[in-house]
Amino acid sequence: MTLDVARIRKDFPVLQREIDGKPLVYLDSANTSQKPQVVIDAMTSFMETAYAPINRSAYQLAAEATDLYEGARTKVARFINSTKSNEIIFTKNATEALNLVIMSWGRANLHPGDVVLLTHLEHHANIVPWHMLVAERGIKLRWVPLTADGQLELTNLDSLLNGVKVFAFTAMSNVLGTITPVVQLCAAAHKAGALTIVDACQSVPHLLTDVRAWGADFIAFSSHKMCGPSGVGVLWGRESLLDELPPFLGGGNMISDVRLDGFIPAELPAKFEAGTPPITEVIGLGAAIDYLERIGMHNVRQHELQLSTYVLNTLTQRFGDDITIYGPSNSEQRSATFSFSFRGIHPHDLSQVLDQHNVCIRAGHHCAKPLMRVLGTNATARASFYLYNTEADADALANALDSASDIF
Amino acid sequence: MPGLEDLYREIILDHYRTPRNRGELDPPAVSAEGYNPLCGDEIRVFVIVENGVVSDVRFNGSGCSISQSSTSMMTTAIKGKSVDQVRKVVRRFKHMMTLDDDGDSTPVDESLNLGDLEALQGVVKFPVRIKCATLGWNTLLDALNASSHT
Repeated sequence: MTLDVARIRKDFPVLQREIDGKPLVYLDSANTSQKPQVVIDAMTSFMETAYAPINRSAYQLAAEATDLYEGARTKVARFINSTKSNEIIFTKNATEALNLVIMSWGRANLHPGDVVLLTHLEHHANIVPWHMLVAERGIKLRWVPLTADGQLELTNLDSLLNGVKVFAFTAMSNVLGTITPVVQLCAAAHKAGALTIVDACQSVPHLLTDVRAWGADFIAFSSHKMCGPSGVGVLWGRESLLDELPPFLGGGNMISDVRLDGFIPAELPAKFEAGTPPITEVIGLGAAIDYLERIGMHNVRQHELQLSTYVLNTLTQRFGDDITIYGPSNSEQRSATFSFSFRGIHPHDLSQVLDQHNVCIRAGHHCAKPLMRVLGTNATARASFYLYNTEADADALANALDSASDIF
Repeated sequence: MPGLEDLYREIILDHYRTPRNRGELDPPAVSAEGYNPLCGDEIRVFVIVENGVVSDVRFNGSGCSISQSSTSMMTTAIKGKSVDQVRKVVRRFKHMMTLDDDGDSTPVDESLNLGDLEALQGVVKFPVRIKCATLGWNTLLDALNASSHT
């Protein structure tokens, strides 16, 4: 089944907007996605009718707010096929979710000389916390390199995993669009006795997620890339592992007792949710999940697969050697996120020219400077498509690119 | 939306296509490196200060047309000037870029003529690009500070 994209576009108020009489061509969803009316309404309605603190007050309004908040947790668990909702930890964003597991697990379990395996595809959120542990704990980092078309070079995976304590990797590159073989990577890591942490920030909005089938130990993702609001991220972890993990942030809500000489942490998931959480935003994420489930993640993927093929064909046929598209050339192996360089024009200048056509793309290092260095560049332009984008958006991108050549 | 002609003036594109004073200088020249964390641009500025005068200046690195041309124009504007004069030019330029609140106590000399650099005035209409236009300048200040400590 193909998506009724015309109808989907009507669900997103901002896509109705015109600037200088021209429609908006939003191609920055790998950065952050737009929001459907149902998400906006769910948040507004909650604030208008049921806003109250959660987990700490006896009155009915607070009970309703708590039910809505916990209901969203159940939705998230179902969406990623977790059996238990207490395996869902709400954080500020995916970055905080990664920091939580890296710092909390790392400080308890990593010792000088221990090796952590990462990949050249990683976002800074799955690199910098490890660098911080290198400084703090004297651990060592090892890296899975890339093939020429931007996939993980896995020929020597078993030897790379030798002696590794944790393998932390992305399920989908935010720069190259590469989809990594999560099931294979988790199995290989476990065979080598390593824990797995999956940065699923890019994949969860676009692919069906099944943490049980993946065999991962922890995954992190964020609401704002999957039609939900900003301000919420999710850490999923196996219950047995989360139970053993020491708390990360201390404060209200995360304790069962506090005395002058110490504290006893709360049970899951409260143990990792210190302070007042983003209540309204969590409920918005729940509405986003309802929305995506109604459409069907399989349908989202099929739409993006067709669109990816169209984008690749359009840009390569039209511009030939003038455009370099990084990452896998086969749509099946990638998302609809395309980093490219074009006629030697600096990405920042390119995005400025495209903005004149209301074509919104990202230019820069995409929080992946080590990957930029592997690619031999400082910056790329990146157009990223989502369920509300069309072939017409791809054509608008191509037309706008053409006009950039006239200036430089 | 402001038009691109405000941003990509011919003199700017000329300095982008044909940068002046591009290259490196060997010691005793001192250098500093600057990064634009937003877009990944990197720039290195080399200066030789002799008897309080910037006798030579070069830059290398990579970046967008605005950062490259601004730095290129900067080198032609400051070469041969005293460090005090150079600091006044930097202050005047950053004032044009609406950056008056960055802790620089040098007074702004409104009468100072920036010459070709005035072409960068249009950058102000594109606030995101102000950081591009000032990258080389902030790096120059770092290089001058490093020079005064050697």
